Amino acid sequence: MNFGPQHPAAHGVLRLVLELDGEVVMRADPHVGLLHRATEKLAESKPYNQSIGYMDRLDYVSMMSNEHAYVLAIEKLLGMEPPLRAQYIRVMFDEITRLLNHVFWIGAHALDIGAMTVFLYAFREREDLFDIYEAATGARMHATYYRPGGVYRDLPDSMPQYLPSRLRSAEDLERLNANRQGSLLDFIWDFTERFPKHVDEYETLLTNNRIWKQRTVGIGVVSPERALQLGFTGPMLRGSGVEWDLRKKQPYEVYDRLEFDIPVGVNGDCYDRYLVRVEEMRQANKIIRQCVEWLRRNPGPVMTDDHKVAPPRREEMKADMEALIHHFKLFTEGYCIPAGEAYAAIEHPKGEFGVYLISDGANKPYRVKLRSAGFAHLAAMDEMARGHMIADVVAIIGTMDIVFGEIDR
Amino acid sequence: MIQFMLDIWNLFPDWSQIAMINIGKIVLILVPLLLSVAYLTYAERKIIGYMQVRIGPNRVGPKGWLQPIADAGKLLFKEIIIPTQASRYLFVFAPILAFAPALAAWAVIPFTDKMWLTNIDAGLLYILALTSMTVYGVIIAGWASNSKYAFLGSLRSAAQIVAYEIAMGFALVGVLMAAGSLNLREIVLAQSGGPHQWYLLPLFPLFLVYLISGVAETNRSPFDVAEGESEIVAGFHVEYSGMTFAIFFLAEYANMILISALCAIMFLGGWLSPFEGILPAKILAVPVIGTVLGNGVHWLLLKMSFILFCFLWFRATFPRYRYDQIMRLGWKVFIPVTLVWIGVMGGVMFLTPWGFIFH
Repeated sequence: MNFGPQHPAAHGVLRLVLELDGEVVMRADPHVGLLHRATEKLAESKPYNQSIGYMDRLDYVSMMSNEHAYVLAIEKLLGMEPPLRAQYIRVMFDEITRLLNHVFWIGAHALDIGAMTVFLYAFREREDLFDIYEAATGARMHATYYRPGGVYRDLPDSMPQYLPSRLRSAEDLERLNANRQGSLLDFIWDFTERFPKHVDEYETLLTNNRIWKQRTVGIGVVSPERALQLGFTGPMLRGSGVEWDLRKKQPYEVYDRLEFDIPVGVNGDCYDRYLVRVEEMRQANKIIRQCVEWLRRNPGPVMTDDHKVAPPRREEMKADMEALIHHFKLFTEGYCIPAGEAYAAIEHPKGEFGVYLISDGANKPYRVKLRSAGFAHLAAMDEMARGHMIADVVAIIGTMDIVFGEIDR
Repeated sequence: MIQFMLDIWNLFPDWSQIAMINIGKIVLILVPLLLSVAYLTYAERKIIGYMQVRIGPNRVGPKGWLQPIADAGKLLFKEIIIPTQASRYLFVFAPILAFAPALAAWAVIPFTDKMWLTNIDAGLLYILALTSMTVYGVIIAGWASNSKYAFLGSLRSAAQIVAYEIAMGFALVGVLMAAGSLNLREIVLAQSGGPHQWYLLPLFPLFLVYLISGVAETNRSPFDVAEGESEIVAGFHVEYSGMTFAIFFLAEYANMILISALCAIMFLGGWLSPFEGILPAKILAVPVIGTVLGNGVHWLLLKMSFILFCFLWFRATFPRYRYDQIMRLGWKVFIPVTLVWIGVMGGVMFLTPWGFIFH
């Protein structure tokens, strides 16, 4: 049976060829490539900075995390380190992105299994997270916020407000704008206060629900050994009980200064992976709070002052010839990176997202290879789905947290 | 004037007078029924909407009240696509087969002590027979579509209905034993005397089994495997469009209303007022208050609305069961529960002096 690419549970364009015996899956053969956009090849023909926007569109539910790996790889080759405040902002937005991803995942996963309401609850929180994105970067999804050497701009001091309109009464307006009076950090803080309660709401609908348990416990079991052999990363690996998280094992940015725990599962089934991700949401919330506290206390630059890589300030350009030249060179030619190669990986919400960059000394990469977590997970489809029923295939696709943007690239 | 109309009426032969009276009654039942089916979809979207922190339809007409009409109009004017490989006649016949029993079953539903279309002694059997007819529509639809998804859906549906029909039948056997009649009107009358006399309390396990089987029988969430949106897309009606699809849709909602009506009649005392036997007869004799608090069709509608609300509530709350888990629940839980309870009832009624609690 052809499952997808036009299927409500195919998460985009997964085409799954299922060999069935009645309803029992004998073989599952995932086909990829329907969303191939040649991101890697496109990156070879552009100055480095112009490809950041492409990274957003890889895994389009965890946008900034993709940018982060790419930016880290460039910084590694340039041998530079962004200012500390920029690192905190990046970590904070990485965790906000993790929430975005996990909140979307819990909604989609629950919807696949038939619990409709969680999806809409989840989107309520996503709306706030998108507002945070929008306030900081101007874009709700494809932010293009990170830059080699820091982030594009500092966090704003005020939140955009809802405007009066024919459809909103004055009380509605007041209620909607109540937590938007302060800075972006205040809004994020307010969100982190509310968010654990929202996670509790999801959990009341799912965690102890007998039907939910029947649908997820013992489905798609992966042993720790097999998980390692299959190249699993992220919650898929931790759900099987392997304690592996790049944020702890190879701390990048300021993760070594922050306090958080890594949840791991025991049985390696869909239910354990669900629990791991739910706990990750709570931990991400904790990290965001620590970052907000630090960012409130420590103002400072968010971009490196190396104007070979980062554009100079507008005011400087008006008076300073060198700044003008820097600006011109940067926006026409970009910057050159010394020949060499680098691999940078981050703990993406879905697993290890890596960028392997080869430079031949030009202003464009010689080769960019993207390592997406979902590709390895999808490759295990057959092993996980074999012997289960069609309804379980849907649960397994959900638990893999598949997004085709990053698998097909 | 009145005399003139009576004269015209008397011109018709007897048989046609009876036929016209009955057709009139049928219209009086079907028109409100179809309207309530249409507005049940609106109620569902609104209620689930509010449960899911959104507001539901609010654009068509004031507060979205014309939404069902707009939906029906849209579906009426859409093209009915019959797949080339489909079996043409069965393909069109299936929705009719699914919808007709849901309407025909209303023939024996008593609305009040004196209001019904027919009052036959085998009413309960008639209902059982008709509700199990619906599944043929689903099976034929899945087979005639000649599509794998539709076929899987209809097979699931067939297996599911067989399992739950049995549990449902046994639950009704309990009612039958308690009331001592298959006549729906007499079943309600046997429950008169106050809410403690309703079969809800003495037959509580059977009530639960019946309600849950009813949800399963109408293919509603969490038992909607036959059309499991995220698994087999739309199940048995993937290939349907336009009015043929609309009829399946109407059948589902008409069945929901039917099941809730049966539930109200057999376990919640039908049109009987919950204040019966509690309030003194003096209050019930007061003109307006007496009508509202006394027995009447409004109590039946109220009880039906409550059960329908539960249907919608389930849909907003639960994930979907897997197909084999539904089978397990039906065969291994519900059928034993009903059998045991029937055994207990029989034992208590005939071997001990406490049989009155079931009457």
